[in-house]
Amino acid sequence: MSEVIGIGSSPKRKEDARFVRGRGNYVADIKRPNMLVGVFHRSEHAHAILKSVDVSAALAVPGVRAVFTGEDMKADNVGGLPVGWGIKGKDGEPMKEPPHPPMAHGKVRYVGDAIAFVVAETEEQAQAASELVVVDYEVLPAVVGLVDALKPGAPAIYDEVENNLCCDWHLGDAPAVEAAFRSAAHVASIELVNNRLIGNPLEPRAAIGEYDFATGQYTLWTTSQFPHVVRLLMGEMVLHIPQHKLRVVAPDVGGGFGVKQFHYAEEAVVTWAAGRLGGAVKWVCQRSEGFVSDAHGRDHVTEAELALDEAGKFLAMRVKTLANMGAYLSTFGPNIPTNLYAPLLSGVYVIPSIYCEVKCVFTNTVPVDAYRGAGRPEATFVVERLVDLAAREMGIDKIEIRKRNMISRESYPYQTPVLVEYDSGDPRGCLDRAEVLADVAGFEARRAEAASRGKYLGLGISTYVEACGLAPSRLAGQLGARGGLYESATVRVHPSGVVTVLIGTHNHGQGHETTFAQIVSDHLGVPFEDVSIVCGDTDRVQFGMGTYGSRSLVVGGAALAKANDKVILKGRKIAAHQLEAALDDIIFEKGEFSVAGTDRKKSFVEIAGSAYVPFDYPLETLEPGLEEQAFYDPVNFTYPGGAHFAEVEIDPETGVVTIMRYTAVDDVGTVINPMIVHGQLHGGIAQGIGQALFEHGVYDQTSGQLLSGSFMDYCMPRADNLPNFLLEQHSTTCTHTPMGVKGCGECGTIGSPAAIISAVVDALKPLGVSHVDMPATPNHIWNIIRSSSARLAAE
Amino acid sequence: MKPFAYHKPDSVSAAVALLAAHANAVPLAGGMTLVPTMKQRLAGPDHIVDLSGIAGLSGVSMDGGTLVIGASTRHADVASSELVLAKLPALARLAGRIGDQQVRHRGTIGGSIANNDPAADYPAAVLALGADIVTDRRSIRADDFFIDMFETALEPGEIVTSVRFPLPDAAAYCKFANPASRYALAGVFVAKTGDAVRVAVTGAASAVFRAGDIETALSESFEPSALERISIDASGLMADIHADSEYRAQLVMVMARRAVAMALSPG
Repeated sequence: MSEVIGIGSSPKRKEDARFVRGRGNYVADIKRPNMLVGVFHRSEHAHAILKSVDVSAALAVPGVRAVFTGEDMKADNVGGLPVGWGIKGKDGEPMKEPPHPPMAHGKVRYVGDAIAFVVAETEEQAQAASELVVVDYEVLPAVVGLVDALKPGAPAIYDEVENNLCCDWHLGDAPAVEAAFRSAAHVASIELVNNRLIGNPLEPRAAIGEYDFATGQYTLWTTSQFPHVVRLLMGEMVLHIPQHKLRVVAPDVGGGFGVKQFHYAEEAVVTWAAGRLGGAVKWVCQRSEGFVSDAHGRDHVTEAELALDEAGKFLAMRVKTLANMGAYLSTFGPNIPTNLYAPLLSGVYVIPSIYCEVKCVFTNTVPVDAYRGAGRPEATFVVERLVDLAAREMGIDKIEIRKRNMISRESYPYQTPVLVEYDSGDPRGCLDRAEVLADVAGFEARRAEAASRGKYLGLGISTYVEACGLAPSRLAGQLGARGGLYESATVRVHPSGVVTVLIGTHNHGQGHETTFAQIVSDHLGVPFEDVSIVCGDTDRVQFGMGTYGSRSLVVGGAALAKANDKVILKGRKIAAHQLEAALDDIIFEKGEFSVAGTDRKKSFVEIAGSAYVPFDYPLETLEPGLEEQAFYDPVNFTYPGGAHFAEVEIDPETGVVTIMRYTAVDDVGTVINPMIVHGQLHGGIAQGIGQALFEHGVYDQTSGQLLSGSFMDYCMPRADNLPNFLLEQHSTTCTHTPMGVKGCGECGTIGSPAAIISAVVDALKPLGVSHVDMPATPNHIWNIIRSSSARLAAE
Repeated sequence: MKPFAYHKPDSVSAAVALLAAHANAVPLAGGMTLVPTMKQRLAGPDHIVDLSGIAGLSGVSMDGGTLVIGASTRHADVASSELVLAKLPALARLAGRIGDQQVRHRGTIGGSIANNDPAADYPAAVLALGADIVTDRRSIRADDFFIDMFETALEPGEIVTSVRFPLPDAAAYCKFANPASRYALAGVFVAKTGDAVRVAVTGAASAVFRAGDIETALSESFEPSALERISIDASGLMADIHADSEYRAQLVMVMARRAVAMALSPG
């Protein structure tokens, strides 16, 4: 099948041919000559002084080659894991940034903190030896809760960090907000929790470090969403390996969701251990180990208020959030609840003034960082819960109050009071369409029918906007980014006219091999099958910032479009020479270069061939070859958005929440592959529903042990928990990205938690319930029903 | 996983002999609990005696009025057995809802009851139906079999060979699954035989137990409404991050009412 498959088509995904047949090449599949296997000995206490770490018994196990500790790494001058963003507090002081050694020395700060790395010939030997590492702990009191950690007298996780406060950050115009609240006719106030999540990608993390004594070359294979950034961070700041001596490869990766977009300790440890031992050292994370070593997500406690006038128009918003950093700052940890949170608090509404303060807090828990949505689901949840509450308290229909306050399509570009300027959007269009699709008009009849069966039916709504396509480097730099956030692509046209794209994003489930091939097929007019996409190898791909924050198509796709433009320009120059015409007269259309107004033309394949056989080229003005590279730095974020409706039925006997309908209308800009966009939305909505109803990272408040440390206790959403989703796009075109794309990777996760909780609260409205914290588990809901019923009975 | 010696005997007597001959030897049925705990290095037996090669340990048959299920019979085979569906459909339905597809095609009835996980499904059926557990050396009444969490009347090295179920007039099992693990948070098996009603509860306490008050109420009137004024004491029930004990007590009553309704109108 040799044809152009362009933008807007839904070919089957190229990569699935190997994935669904079990022929992917994941890090755990890779075997290197004489490869050794490493196992981590991890802290069993949440907070303790390491009085001694005795590895002698472990070293005596047959097959064990080495047992390394944090002290060994320290003695070798290994650096701490760096943080990619440095934020500043209200007082202008930089955040507290205590060192994050790849393996602990002196003290452990969470259950799972790495203490020793046992390297042996086999995994069994390493595991057996790991059990023989003897740690003498002096156990200290631990603190895992945000509120508790800030209390006077709370256990100090770092001597140098007062009150466990990493940063007291803020954004917005506090005096303007105070004034608006004083003049408000109504103020809606809410306290809410955004529950801690554990990402659990299907493929656990893994890493292989290798060192070649002959060349001094290091290689790291890792389950990463951004291999070039790992090379930069680990090479420059942790292990001090020059970048030309370090290759980082992220081959097929089985899902990331943010969990794999950080530079992890294990990557540095295997690479360093390989350097110490020579050859290759492999570590594959066990699932239970992942629960205590993969960065977690969310974990906020928030107080928020919305001021309204008599007509239900929003005047101002005030938000105070405590955000859990965990025990150490992960790569993007402090950036997520600040820069990716507060700027989204305007939602799709006109809110004249907003003030948000965020306290980033250390606790004795696994570090917290970005998880699909990363700050934006948290912001959406605050805004939408407040809007629901205000509507209810003021006796305004919750859809009506949204319409009354929405930014109209004509108002774009719209400058919010919290930094960002939305370039495009039509929230009202999304809402109106979703209202029809969700059959809101028929809801009361359905509610009555459910009531006749003894069930509570509820209708929930959430609108949202997100900032994605990370990120304009200039703005990011002002906000504390310590690196640029552009993307790069090389389009290599081979002599036969087939194309290899080398791109700096990383494909770990998103379908890039398909989407990017469609873009090339569309732009260059080459058959879809003739395009291959290469990513994930710093020795093959020029550079890249990787895949996260719905940026691959927005930023990477833009770099690719730019490179395609350069290829076309170069092709036109070659055609001008061959067709003996002026460059300005050469047009490129449908895979052919032609002289305008004539039938003289050359096919793309002919031009490609000629580019590599330059017998008669004017070499002083025309280089041989047909390969172009582009870097693209976005001028703004993109702002996908939409309206989601959920309908849930609650069984009052058991508290079970069943989703009956889910409808979403999203504005993702130009759609390259509708099937893939639907897939992204399905997965995102499922993950958001997971947060709303099922998933909860729970720590024991005293011991700091993770209670939800396996799939027996951490509840993932499953197919039988989900209804069919009714999805449509209502897209406006992004005004500043080359193809008008906005990104779609996180939409579902951002829109759905608030929609589900809105529906749950609506279902429980007869009981006087005004808010329900996530996850709305059966026990949680039954307790609310029981206590509310008792209260109503007493009244 | 720690290294171990693997044995696959072809007879019950050979299996019993192997278990007796070796220290730290354990029988392997479906391995649905044993293998994961070995992988996590929580269990480290030196000898594994795989029972799957023993002929005659699996299958379903009638012996007079008694349904006999071989200990090695897989859950999926019980669920789809025409004989079980005809004679004791509540048991087929229970088996068809254990774990997931993969578990149902590996796990066995003998393994499940010998393990006596407090949240397993089969113990509720075995206890409510008053089944007899037949081993290599004796027959044990269900009322005497389940002792406590992961503890049964089986002696070291004793192997379950079959379970004999008397047929009730009406029976049903209703479970509320733990949303994460899908084990029972509360599972209630009701069985009515003549005027006698037996009710067994799994998932809610440290081991399967008979609910006396519920049995008494249902013996007087085998109707869901007979349970409306009954509650069970939450103080003896388990509490964890999924369900506090009050909620488990509620679930027991809800599942009991639903099981009775189901028993009255099967299908």
